[in-house]
Amino acid sequence: MKWDVRRIREWKFYEHPQGATILEAGNSLYYQTGSWRTFRPVWIGEKCTHCLYCFIFCPDAAVKVSKEKIAGFDYEHCKGCGICATECPREAIEMVEEQRESDR
Amino acid sequence: MASLKELSKRKEGLVAGHRLCAGCGEGIAVRQVLLAAPRPLVCAVATGCLEVSTTVYPYTSWNCSLIHTAFENAAATISGVEAAFEALKARRKIGEDFHFIAFGGDGATYDIGLQALSGALERRHRFLYVCLDNGAYMNTGIQRSGATPLGAWTTTTPVGKKEPGKLEWRKNLTAIAAAHDGTYVAQTTISHWKDLTQKVEKALSYNGPSFINILAPCPRGWRTKESQTVRIARLAVETCYWPLFEVENGKWQINFQPREKKPIEEWLKLQGRFKHLFKEENRPVIEKIQNYIDTEWEKLLALSSL
Repeated sequence: MKWDVRRIREWKFYEHPQGATILEAGNSLYYQTGSWRTFRPVWIGEKCTHCLYCFIFCPDAAVKVSKEKIAGFDYEHCKGCGICATECPREAIEMVEEQRESDR
Repeated sequence: MASLKELSKRKEGLVAGHRLCAGCGEGIAVRQVLLAAPRPLVCAVATGCLEVSTTVYPYTSWNCSLIHTAFENAAATISGVEAAFEALKARRKIGEDFHFIAFGGDGATYDIGLQALSGALERRHRFLYVCLDNGAYMNTGIQRSGATPLGAWTTTTPVGKKEPGKLEWRKNLTAIAAAHDGTYVAQTTISHWKDLTQKVEKALSYNGPSFINILAPCPRGWRTKESQTVRIARLAVETCYWPLFEVENGKWQINFQPREKKPIEEWLKLQGRFKHLFKEENRPVIEKIQNYIDTEWEKLLALSSL
């Protein structure tokens, strides 16, 4: 069976696997939790020493790391808890309040 | 032992898009465990916050095989999986070497699943049981559990004129697990990621049962700010409320000795669930907690010097 959750609304009842088994690993990436956020972490590149503390302490795996360096945040999934900003030893992450599109 | 740089290059075990609360300690704990764990991997998760928020049909955040089990039998399920794997391996029907992890919250481990856990440890299955201790039944709305500390407010240990929160001390589950001979037992928390990942590596390379108790602060139930989760976990270690230690072949070893043992007030005052203890009439409760922690710490020091 082809498994593509993005089209689940079109599935017939017999197309759902028995026992509600989920056939694809790690597919919650299609579900976005970024809208939960009221404060957005902003990365200040000049202050960062790439110690990766924000990466290991993020509950949502929303800190992007590429080649052992911080490469910004995954704003589609970051819930804005601010642990990264609290734990950053160099204050290289700032929490900025989110604004409505119309207020910008 | 893997450094942070090495961990950052590994495949994420618990991917984004799960629905744990912002700032949840369990999310951090499970990510660290799965980053440190070798592959291939089979996990079993008991009912609890972790299960309901990471496997919402049709989505799963797990990047490995996962079985959802009932509240009480995560350890029984994973021991069945391990036994089946051993049988298939003996018949050469499976080539790879699998690792097995069961996750349970404190409700599923301290209270409901204790007999299944004890049985699995005694039968000596090769698996790791991870208890994510957030000190109450958070998923159903903060009811007291066997892990709730003395004096804490929960919805079933209300604060009033007659009672200053919970009246009993939490049970020492790590010591109960250590009473099973030949089990690798450890206690750790999310703020000390190096300690945690080392212990997971050690547990999964151990030829026998292992148990790790991880303190996972809960911003909702502990009434704390989301951003303070890791800080609170660190303070729990520094005040010796949650000492980091391991028991290997019957030998107790403390992994972190705070240079200066902080008073328990520092940890209590950050949490709304202990707010009432700072009223004048409840001061003796804080003293009681401090005394208890001091005696437990002395006991641990004595055990580790044996």
